Amino acid sequence: MHTETVHITPYRTHAWVLITLLALTFVTITVTWIDLSALTVAIALLIASVKAYIVLTYFMHLKFESSLFRVFVIMVLAIYVLVILFTLSDYLFR
Amino acid sequence: MTEEKTHHPEPSYLEDTGKYKGLMAWLTSTDHKRIGLMYMYAMMVFFGVGVLLGIIMRLELFFPGQQFYGPQMYNGIFTIHGIIMIFTVVIPGLAAVFGNFSMPIMIGAKDVAFPRLNLFSFYLYVLGAAIALASQFMGNGPPDTGWTFYAPYSIQTHTNVVAAVFGAFVLGFSSILTGLNFIVTMHRMRAPGMTFFKMPLFPWSLYATAWIQVLATPIVGITLLMIIAERWLRIGFFDPSLGGDPVLYQHLFWIYSHPAVYIMILPAMGVITEIVPTFAQKKVFGYKAIAISSLAIALVGYFVWAHHMYTSGMSSTARWVFSLLTFLVAVPSAIKVFNWVATMYKGSISVKPPFLFALGFIFLFMIGGMTGLSLGALATNIHVHDTAYVVAHFHYIVFGGVGFAFFAAVYYWYPKMYGRMYNFKMANWSCVFLFAGFNLLYFPQFIIGIMGMPRRYFDYLPQFAFGHQLSFFGGLLLSIGFIIMLITLFSKKGAKAPDNPWGGSTFEWRVPSPPPLENFDVMPEMGVNEEPYDYK
Repeated sequence: MHTETVHITPYRTHAWVLITLLALTFVTITVTWIDLSALTVAIALLIASVKAYIVLTYFMHLKFESSLFRVFVIMVLAIYVLVILFTLSDYLFR
Repeated sequence: MTEEKTHHPEPSYLEDTGKYKGLMAWLTSTDHKRIGLMYMYAMMVFFGVGVLLGIIMRLELFFPGQQFYGPQMYNGIFTIHGIIMIFTVVIPGLAAVFGNFSMPIMIGAKDVAFPRLNLFSFYLYVLGAAIALASQFMGNGPPDTGWTFYAPYSIQTHTNVVAAVFGAFVLGFSSILTGLNFIVTMHRMRAPGMTFFKMPLFPWSLYATAWIQVLATPIVGITLLMIIAERWLRIGFFDPSLGGDPVLYQHLFWIYSHPAVYIMILPAMGVITEIVPTFAQKKVFGYKAIAISSLAIALVGYFVWAHHMYTSGMSSTARWVFSLLTFLVAVPSAIKVFNWVATMYKGSISVKPPFLFALGFIFLFMIGGMTGLSLGALATNIHVHDTAYVVAHFHYIVFGGVGFAFFAAVYYWYPKMYGRMYNFKMANWSCVFLFAGFNLLYFPQFIIGIMGMPRRYFDYLPQFAFGHQLSFFGGLLLSIGFIIMLITLFSKKGAKAPDNPWGGSTFEWRVPSPPPLENFDVMPEMGVNEEPYDYK
């Protein structure tokens, strides 16, 4: 049998996370009004990555779980990066 | 392993129906064994429909030119044949049926980690299959894109693509939830003392499969939604006339659909790895190599998708990169084959029906694998790309591999499922007909493929007629084999099965046939010096 400690995140933390996510969504929309040419997509992806990090860390409890979960998430991200790199082996050399 | 009681006072899972009776007891059951059987019944129906569609296709191809129906109907039939066989039979296949039925018992658990989610996965499967089938009868007629839904044609055709694509999307969710359930089950619910490297190898193969299900399926899910969005909103993802890139669709589709081949074949390899040592009564050769090769296939198999796209117009750099990776994935696959053969070497082999099917699997999988290498090589691929050679190759893997492993698994675990034996002679005859029929059906496709017969063509030149005619008769023989199998298994009750009819060593052979609702009377444990395959 496993003995587990349950971490309960206070409402205040959740509220801050929510506000941060909403603020970042607002920033995402705002930057579409500014002409940043090639950087537009890069900035949108950067903001989305920050939001994903916050969701994983707090809402999905990664910060409070055992390191095994973090290892799995890192492995998944590594696979994702490799998929992008291999796809670019087509797009960059066409 | 710790001995379990063999004569069980508790009712079996087939008798212990809970608060409902009859059909409702099945439809509301969260017991992993009942859910496994429900998947099996559903798949056998879908498989029968798929075979029938295949025969109708072969009938039309018997002579060149139009015989019974036109090209549009032919396109619809090969599309729904592919959708049914791929999305409702071989992808869920062994994992959904035997992963559910056997895996929890094999690791010493009472059930999967999330039994209700498991039942929900089954209902998603039924819903997705129903939507995909309904697509044939709704809207502007059956989709005619092939099961791959290639853009830009899938954006432009007026047939009922959206419903079929949405059906596949829902089926994908079922697959993800099953994978998630299995990963958690194997991490958290193994018997005390059963470390990962003491886990039987069928669960190991399911573990590798489950990771692909969880990581790759969402990609095809979003890709299929992009098709729907493109058709309805004209966004311009894939349609060149809207500024899109059709090759991007092929990348996204195969990023899932090639790993999906490993979702199909890894559990099949796992089943064979259970059957070979049991019927050779010999410890499996190279346990760790087989376990790690499952993970290696899952990992490397994730990065070989573009070998389906050598002629799509992608860069030559990408072509050699993916060709190299394709050759690499053959290494862990070959490790498994060598280990099966080495396990048989000097074993006390007993040729019972499951073992016969396992031998059939190894033979057919080898042909499928070897012909895969000629497709993975850039130069030969150009010659046989999109010909009947490809049709033969993937049927050797998907039917010769997964299908024969599925039949082997049915014959292997049938006594445990129903507590009854079956007629071995009839079972052997079903294997003979299936094996002979299969080879007569698909081997000529290699030949006419090399000669230049394109795949998915309604009409053809006269020199290909003999090959198609042989294939038709092969299809008939194969259907007879399938019918003999159904009669053998389901026509009458066989003799009562002992708890361990094959002399197996894993946990499922230590519980009664059929097992009680929660599998174990006393929860099993594994000692420090115990091994999963110990036939002393």
